[in-house]
Amino acid sequence: MAILLNRSTRVIVQGFTGKIGSFHAEDMKRYGTKLVGGVTPGKGGQTHLGLPVFNTVKGAVRETRAEASIVFVPPPFAADSIMEAADAGIKLCVCITDGIPSQDMMQVKRYMRRYRYEDRMRLIGPNCAGMITPGQALMGIMPGNIYLPGRVGIVGRSGTLGYEAASQMKALGIGVSTSVGIGGDPINGSSFKDMLKLFEQDDETDAVVMIGEIGGPQEAEAAIWARDNMRKPLIAYIAGLSAPKGRRMGHAGAIISAFGESAQEKVEILKEAGVIIVPTPSSFGEVVADTLARIKKAA
Amino acid sequence: MDIHEYQAKELLARHGVHVPRGGLAYSPEQATYRAREIGGGKWVLKAQVHSGARGKAGGIKLCANDEEISSAAEAMLGRKLVTQQTGPRGKLISRLYLEEAVDIAQELYVGFVLDRKEERVMIVASAAGGMEIEDIVEKAPDSILRTTVDPGVGMQRFQAREIAFGLGLDHDLIGKATETIFSCYQVFRDYDASMLEINPLVVTRDGNLVALDAKMSFDENALFRRPEISELRDKSQEDPRETFASDRGLSYVGLDGNIGCIINGAGLAMATMDMIKIAGGEPANFLDIGGGASPERVAKSFRAVLGDKNVETILVNIFAGINRCDWVAEGVVKAIREVGVTVPLVVRLSGTKAEEGRRILADSGEAVIVADTLAEAAEKAVAAWRAAAKKKAA
Repeated sequence: MAILLNRSTRVIVQGFTGKIGSFHAEDMKRYGTKLVGGVTPGKGGQTHLGLPVFNTVKGAVRETRAEASIVFVPPPFAADSIMEAADAGIKLCVCITDGIPSQDMMQVKRYMRRYRYEDRMRLIGPNCAGMITPGQALMGIMPGNIYLPGRVGIVGRSGTLGYEAASQMKALGIGVSTSVGIGGDPINGSSFKDMLKLFEQDDETDAVVMIGEIGGPQEAEAAIWARDNMRKPLIAYIAGLSAPKGRRMGHAGAIISAFGESAQEKVEILKEAGVIIVPTPSSFGEVVADTLARIKKAA
Repeated sequence: MDIHEYQAKELLARHGVHVPRGGLAYSPEQATYRAREIGGGKWVLKAQVHSGARGKAGGIKLCANDEEISSAAEAMLGRKLVTQQTGPRGKLISRLYLEEAVDIAQELYVGFVLDRKEERVMIVASAAGGMEIEDIVEKAPDSILRTTVDPGVGMQRFQAREIAFGLGLDHDLIGKATETIFSCYQVFRDYDASMLEINPLVVTRDGNLVALDAKMSFDENALFRRPEISELRDKSQEDPRETFASDRGLSYVGLDGNIGCIINGAGLAMATMDMIKIAGGEPANFLDIGGGASPERVAKSFRAVLGDKNVETILVNIFAGINRCDWVAEGVVKAIREVGVTVPLVVRLSGTKAEEGRRILADSGEAVIVADTLAEAAEKAVAAWRAAAKKKAA
């Protein structure tokens, strides 16, 4: 079933009746996502886009048996919404919101640990494009038509660079099992490593593309985990070759502040761990095609 | 967002951290007046710029009388201070801070940062203060103490106490050090800081503990709830290109190359800049126009990019998801006509409404070089830049 999301995943939208929430809810519905309702405090009992609106996530879960939630709530209130989802028994939460304070995210991560591992919610994002299992369901803001259904997993920080990779693959007839955007913030719900673990276990994924960038330790941690635990090929690109030290490049997390955080240093660490490197952002397609041809030959 | 040393000290002093007596000055006369206010016979005049390593660059002077203060202030004000951290452009000195000189017995380091691996606030301390933390890591790694704070309950006094004892301080200083570290953490948390560095925290000869320097940065995502911090912003310390862009809601970082970039999405922006470099050029800037960009926003982006006189070619690269290429194309045409684009312009449109966008560009009759892929866009931009540079030279 690819990872995390498929056509039968029951999804609600938090921040449902707002302009952005409405726009993307419609888009997701059109793509085939099983949208079962939404939450906007104070608007419970109304119907929006033909679906029920609830005051609380708990109410929505009780009535719709929703398992997943996508958050479009503005930054000052987004952390609260994520914690509400965790407390209501939501299993998968994707937070699109950009601009959540770091201290709020520290609290969110701490809060989520109060639940037993089996009951704990998985958070994707914030500040991400969301996720898509092509041909089945979309829980995000990406254009669905650039993804071909297939057997390569994609995990990246950036939205548009992920589109670039997927469309280069599509041009060569290569499809995607699931594509996940983990977001550009310094503290995020799921790491590259978390996603690699899921892709490694997924029978419908043959190889994984990891799209990283400058700043933070997550790409290197993922590479080391992959070296020791992953049998599927891992292909990676690190953006930010021309980024100067100490400057924030758009994403709050894209800042080189310590050794091992520049693009060059990360590429070295990845290479040493046996990761296949995409040398330029225009060669995602080729490198993935070569890698798939090689596995096929070996099998 | 960074603030000045004197602003950080004011904030810390209000929460119980001891700092030397001092005052702000905008002129040499004001500086000597401050000396009288502070009293004593020795003062330190410090250039207020958003950078460390000011001492080596001539931004800190020990003075013993009015003449010395006045001439040091005269020499500093209005000048650009170039330190190891500012880059070659340097930072303008428009404010000075005069402080009583302190008799130093020992210099310590105390820093607070967001540790991304632990996803917590980390406190770093060392008895080898007075040099940059990078140098401490290199020269005295064993002196470094680290501890992280549980965000659920905040820092506990025992953690501050452990650091105080770990620094090897005299017993009668433990209480003061514990309170200082604890207060710093509270300031860090209460104002949504992203970095707080006291370097050095000094033990004085008369047995006090004083923050001799203080550096603070704040989480820009949290400024909406910290209006008192937003007010401390000093635009004179920013790259004017970046101030122009940020005042218009654009995410822009100025660099030193000649190819201006207008791109949607931070990751794609970085990747496009990489591609320019690989193709043999140098990007002039990072610019993310963000999602849902209107023609007006695109035109504003052109103004921001062209505000940099080094820009000799512009590359627009849009992979539209929630954006619309037709709007971007309209913005490009609008910019050419209203802003006046005299440098070569390469545009690559992909994703939502890309066909419509390309048609708008073609129908406009303007001189736009169109590219289909990322690689082609970067190559065409570098080629156009080279051709333009050659023409200019001839």
